[in-house]
Amino acid sequence: MKDTADSYVTADGRTIGPVVMEMKNITLRFGGVEAIKDISFDIREGEIRAIIGPNGAGKSSMLNVISGFYVPQEGEVWYKGARRPAMKPFEVARQGIARTFQNIALFEGMSVLDNVMTGRLTHMKTGLLAQSLWKGKAEEEEIANREVAEKIIDFLEIQAIRKTPVARLPYGLKKRVELARALAAEPSILLLDEPMAGMNVEEKEDMSRFILDVNDEFGTTIALIEHDMGVVMDLSDRVVVMDYGKKIGDGTPDEVRGNQDVIDAYLGVAHD
Amino acid sequence: MNEQLAFTIEVFANGLMAGVLYALVALGFVLIYKASGIFNYAQGVMALFAAMTLVGIQNGQVPFAHLINAIFGTDVHHFGWHVHSFLAIALTVGVMVALAWAVQRFVFRHLVGQEPIILFMATIGLAYFLEGVADLMWGSELKALNVCAAEGACLPQGMNMWLEGTTYEALGYGFFIDNLDIVATIVAAVLVAGLIIFAQYTKQGRAMRAVADDHQAALSVGVSLNFIWILVWSLAGFVALVAGIMWGAKSGVQFSLSLIALKALPVLMLGGFTSIPGAIVGGLIIGVGEKLFEFLIGAPFLGGATENWFAYMLALLFLVFRPQGLFGEKIIERV
Amino acid sequence: MFYREAGDFNTSYVEDQQTFPIKFDRYRYYVVLFIAIVIVPFVINDYWANSLLLPFLIYAIAALGLNILVGYCGQVSLGTGGFMAVGAYSCYKFMTGVDIWWGGELLFRLPEFNIFFSVIMGGVMTALVGVLFGLPSLRIKGFYLAVATLAAQFFLVWLFNRVAWFYNYSASGQISAPERDLFGVLITGPSTPAWATYLFCLFFTVVSAVIARNMTRGAAGRKWMAIRDMDIAAEIIGVNPLRAKLTAFMVSSFFIGISGALFFAVYLGAVEVGEAFSITKSFLVLFMIIIGGLGSIFGSFAGAAFLVLLPVALKVVGVDWFGWPTDIVAHLQLVIVGALIIVFLIAEPHGIAQLWRVAKEKLRLWPFPH
Repeated sequence: MKDTADSYVTADGRTIGPVVMEMKNITLRFGGVEAIKDISFDIREGEIRAIIGPNGAGKSSMLNVISGFYVPQEGEVWYKGARRPAMKPFEVARQGIARTFQNIALFEGMSVLDNVMTGRLTHMKTGLLAQSLWKGKAEEEEIANREVAEKIIDFLEIQAIRKTPVARLPYGLKKRVELARALAAEPSILLLDEPMAGMNVEEKEDMSRFILDVNDEFGTTIALIEHDMGVVMDLSDRVVVMDYGKKIGDGTPDEVRGNQDVIDAYLGVAHD
Repeated sequence: MNEQLAFTIEVFANGLMAGVLYALVALGFVLIYKASGIFNYAQGVMALFAAMTLVGIQNGQVPFAHLINAIFGTDVHHFGWHVHSFLAIALTVGVMVALAWAVQRFVFRHLVGQEPIILFMATIGLAYFLEGVADLMWGSELKALNVCAAEGACLPQGMNMWLEGTTYEALGYGFFIDNLDIVATIVAAVLVAGLIIFAQYTKQGRAMRAVADDHQAALSVGVSLNFIWILVWSLAGFVALVAGIMWGAKSGVQFSLSLIALKALPVLMLGGFTSIPGAIVGGLIIGVGEKLFEFLIGAPFLGGATENWFAYMLALLFLVFRPQGLFGEKIIERV
Repeated sequence: MFYREAGDFNTSYVEDQQTFPIKFDRYRYYVVLFIAIVIVPFVINDYWANSLLLPFLIYAIAALGLNILVGYCGQVSLGTGGFMAVGAYSCYKFMTGVDIWWGGELLFRLPEFNIFFSVIMGGVMTALVGVLFGLPSLRIKGFYLAVATLAAQFFLVWLFNRVAWFYNYSASGQISAPERDLFGVLITGPSTPAWATYLFCLFFTVVSAVIARNMTRGAAGRKWMAIRDMDIAAEIIGVNPLRAKLTAFMVSSFFIGISGALFFAVYLGAVEVGEAFSITKSFLVLFMIIIGGLGSIFGSFAGAAFLVLLPVALKVVGVDWFGWPTDIVAHLQLVIVGALIIVFLIAEPHGIAQLWRVAKEKLRLWPFPH
């Protein structure tokens, strides 16, 4: 096992840094149900970490713990070498963690551009008074952030629909807009909850390309939940496997592929 | 016993009975909300409309008399007959069912799947519309409600100069309780029991609860959404009629009857919008709380008339600690 | 033929996000402003001012305020009447010099503010009260919140009725605006010229519209709309829901307070809180933004114009032309307003503003069908 403080360079020339986020003994309960049972794993800077497992394993709940939406009853989240105190989801976002959602959570009353601009909200600081005057500081900030948003829109090739109300978009484009919104925040860590769900082969290839480009160009650390094994094996540097709230595998894609527990879980072999 | 304590108990008892009347109006709301997710702001106006129709039919008024006279220059007011209370009530129920059908057909069928706030605002529009129609149909002046089973056996009137009440001697103090309130309590209790039995044990009641849970799922097992909604709105209309009779007998049939809806709202906030027992418990708590607060604190220290807002403040406090009300379903939000 | 975008390119982000990107719209806006500021004051008379223009301008401000809260931020409020009362009574106290008492003794009395600052203070005080009554919105949502705002409505009306300090201990419980002038021109009181009251209100309306537009086009507006559309997702992507909701209440109440102050001081001159600021008022402004269009600046104006015009038009048609008695016309008004609310909610939930947008789309092609 590599020392957590070391950086290393992968086969295709990307630099993976030291551990940036660590989950230590997380247990999450809803009433009598234990959704996550004593799970620990880490995420390294710049890597693509996949979280996989059968349905109901607790993967989305894990992402929600990382986002700060669920507070685990036991365990700690460590971020950049320090224990993260209990904080509200919006404070977590301000630390540089952005995400997409399993069932699309776009703002349906707004256009694509406005949705992407909401991703910039953590960077927009002018006060209410300046905003009411608009000319001057508020407009400057708006234009500067618009430029960043437009870069993301270019990157994800959604220029043509930037003024369309998102409610009118087909599913695949909505997912792309959600990714744009998350990227607009210029996050250090990007959490993707089933980004390829419901897509056909072509769309999956596009989305995979975007994910790899994000990681390559911006150096963003990515944690993604995904069901398509082909995608997981091709994209990720390391994989965490969950089943019934427990961790049953943790390692490179090849290591995990050969793990008997993982195979059993997917085939539906009964657990003790 | 000490006079102050005895008086407090009397206030408490009267509060309980006022609470029963509130609960009755709140029930109408719960029914519709449970079955269709619509919060029917027009419930109070429905009670007003029901009461006015009842009086109008009983007294043989010509509907829209005022308007007809204005347009055609005629001078008709009454048919000249007088309808027996029971028949008038039956006919009014018929009218309320027709109203339920119309509301379903022309308003809510076109709003299926809209957000709750849009539905709520539609019911506000409905309230205004119905109020205008009621005024045009029967005239907006104050009317006396005389519901009688036979000569001499009438519902006690609240509008008389001297409240007809009974004084109960107990523990050396005479407790005064309004006769009308006693009747109202009994009627409300019967109605509530009937509704609970209906909801839990009959086929239609079960279908209603299915619709309340999930429209699609209910459709897929063969429940006719339209039928259930008409049923529910008719039931609510019937409850509105009973509430209208009780309140109307108490203080006469006039516009302020529709404001009772505004009193039912804090009841629902307290009890939860989806719970029949919640409406009752909430109604009692608000009824008692309101009267006691006014008696103990409002009148002596705050200048009185606190009944206008106390119910809301009480409900608001409850909500801050329990956002879904006492018995309401906890709203679990997932991402 | 008239309404064309061909050749009208926006070459910068500044141009792209301006309020009127299409040249025709911009020129039309300038023309309307010109007529409103330069021409109307010369042709206005008391009747037009009092029955149409003043109420329109004043309700437009209230509609702007409520639209920010309900249309942009999605927090339903039925307390508009009560908040307008706060604006009115604050304005009154500042106009007559706020008196501070302690233990039955008059400590000191603030100087009388001039009418302009009194109206502003009306807005400020209402903003503070709005934040206070907005606190429950952090725990309570949807209907429950709407009903909670009714607590504000009823409590405030009771407060201004019972606590004599608010109406300077007058026997009638009414408040009347004393005569005040600005730059030598009378603005309040019985003998003010129509053009003066008109221009005074117009100033506040235009400034309110500009501020509202600026706030809703930028970060604040986006935060509000995010909360409205999906508040959980909004929080996860970094919007602080506490601040966003409370600022919505604050800004909204500021506008509603200004509207209430103007309504009392400039338009009516004297009010009794139970009649002028009851729940009927709350519904009226809510109807304005529903019919006009939720989440739209233009819609706030359209709705205000519509609901100010309707009773006047009905009265002219019903009473003057058909000779019907006024109570029938009043009942008909209820019927028509109620029916219109329902029709708009069914057919065009985005209100007149949406109808206008669709009309403009068609106009771009006219006279061609497609």
